[in-house]
Amino acid sequence: MDNLENKSPFLEIRGLTVEYFSKETVVHAVNSVDLTLEKGRTLGLVGETGAGKTTIAKSILRILPDVGARIVSGDIFLEGTDISKIPEPEMRKIRGQKISMIFQDPMTALNPVQTVGSQIEEVVALHNAGSKAEFRRRAEEMLELVGIPKERYSDYPHQFSGGMKQRVVIAIALACNPELLLADEPTTALDVTIQAQVLQLISQLRERLGTSMILITHDMGVVATFCDYVAVVYAGSIVEYGTKEQLFDHYQHPYTTGLFGAIPNMSLDEDRLHPIEGLPPDPTDLPKGCAFWPRCKYATERCKQEKIEMTVTSDGHLCRCCNLDLLSQEGAI
Amino acid sequence: MSVPVIEAKRLKKYFPTHGGILHAVDDVTLKIERGTTLGVVGESGCGKSTLGRTIIRLLERTDGQILLNGEDISELKGKKLRQAREKMQIIFQDPYSSIDPRKTVEATVCEPLKVSKRYSKKQIDQISDELMELVGIDHRLRVSYPHELDGGRRQRVGIARALALNPDFVVCDEPVSALDVSIQAQVLNLLQDLQEKRGLTYMFITHNLSVVRHISDQICVMYLGQIVEMCTTKELFTRPLHPYTKALFSAIPSTDIHSPHKPEILEGELSSPINPKPGCRFAARCKYANEACLQPQSQEEISPGHIVRCCRVHEIN
Repeated sequence: MDNLENKSPFLEIRGLTVEYFSKETVVHAVNSVDLTLEKGRTLGLVGETGAGKTTIAKSILRILPDVGARIVSGDIFLEGTDISKIPEPEMRKIRGQKISMIFQDPMTALNPVQTVGSQIEEVVALHNAGSKAEFRRRAEEMLELVGIPKERYSDYPHQFSGGMKQRVVIAIALACNPELLLADEPTTALDVTIQAQVLQLISQLRERLGTSMILITHDMGVVATFCDYVAVVYAGSIVEYGTKEQLFDHYQHPYTTGLFGAIPNMSLDEDRLHPIEGLPPDPTDLPKGCAFWPRCKYATERCKQEKIEMTVTSDGHLCRCCNLDLLSQEGAI
Repeated sequence: MSVPVIEAKRLKKYFPTHGGILHAVDDVTLKIERGTTLGVVGESGCGKSTLGRTIIRLLERTDGQILLNGEDISELKGKKLRQAREKMQIIFQDPYSSIDPRKTVEATVCEPLKVSKRYSKKQIDQISDELMELVGIDHRLRVSYPHELDGGRRQRVGIARALALNPDFVVCDEPVSALDVSIQAQVLNLLQDLQEKRGLTYMFITHNLSVVRHISDQICVMYLGQIVEMCTTKELFTRPLHPYTKALFSAIPSTDIHSPHKPEILEGELSSPINPKPGCRFAARCKYANEACLQPQSQEEISPGHIVRCCRVHEIN
């Protein structure tokens, strides 16, 4: 993607392909994904369950399971260094320090038999030199920063509510001032008023520390509020990419159109929703050609046969569809 | 005026716990007219599901009255209760755990018909075929097991089962929360079609505000076991009066990228529903709270059909 004329990309992913496999089957989870992210910006990854969003994030951090998953190909450059190729001990220094991740489910991301304070302290001690007292002070600072009184340092996860647990997870992720934050559905498990609190916290901290972020979500409202760029993921491929404005005002891919149509609109009164017919494809048996064609009403013979490449439609706006001319003739985009 | 299908009067459901009495549903009064949908929204743990289950008598109420088609069903037992239950059904949130994994689709859908003992084998086959067609399950899938189906189809099985005995009233307890957006829209459309075809009355429980706005005629907003506001959908979204409703709406991230709004961020989190203090349960997070809010509050009709539980509603609006 050459949409970032003068700025060198902070993170660049090229041709990432990831598979999960068992004896009989191969799940094609991520298929040749290219992505770039500038420093200090936020990229939203949207798509349905099983589209490969979390796998992309886990590949960056190299925390895919040892058995059953493999990165088939691809390079991941962080400030020019290919972190997909460096030895594990070096990666361990980056993990939690330069790149950290907020996991989706705060109920399972924390260790239930360790106090929350010591879980924050652990990551600080791993990446910094200093005394035990200093580590503890830093962990207490982080607790206060996320709005939890430091007196609760010695409490266990089960003594916290869901929203507070997620704030502890955020404190752990941000304890070493990471340069890149991978937030995997950080608020999906939370209620809407608590979601607003947590998202506000993340964006305040991000502004202060200048952190870049990849935000995985399926909530278009969250994308609209927090992201600069959006990538729409379907069956392990990016089908559309652009700035938030390009995506929301001029979405082009039939799948993106379908996603917007399927959400009840808060500002419009409609009698009927417009669901995408059919189901997402089986990732062990992806259709030949465009992965979306079995659900697409514009599908042609070409869609069923050829591998569809990304088309640049306007400055930096990319769309993986070979029927854009037809779509615009029909007034669909 | 016609008789409401469902009416709850000062309904209470308490659970004893080690820490004290948990007030899951506390003093709820509502009615649902025939053929309409009442949406119930609120945060997790506010008593939405308990309310739905208490109304259809899956849970035994602590106090209050439940009326079905004008008839008091709160004390019914045995055969009478079973007959009343045929008129009230429920669709559960999780289509993965609410369907017996060892029964075929057909067996699941037919079970209520068999239990009722009112139909012959032939009639059961005929009704089950009709039901499957109604909810859009392919004929070939009738001998499949739940693990062979995706979430959307499983939820259709749950819907067919709920409709088997031709109920008047269906509690839909977060029926689309476990589904992806593209599938969610398919199921919402189906529920709307069925309502039209069969004149169903729904209580639609969800925490998703855009879904509730889409599907409901009336909405009630719950907070810690109590209804804080209830009125028509249009009224609620144009003129929310309770401070909690306002904060809730403000917290929804908007998909409109050109007019970003700053959400009103509530301080604090839900307080405990165990042994709650007598006053307004939202007072601890409410920016308008004062002395008067420490007194017990009651559901008050502010304008025709618009009910609010807030003693300061006139001053702050």
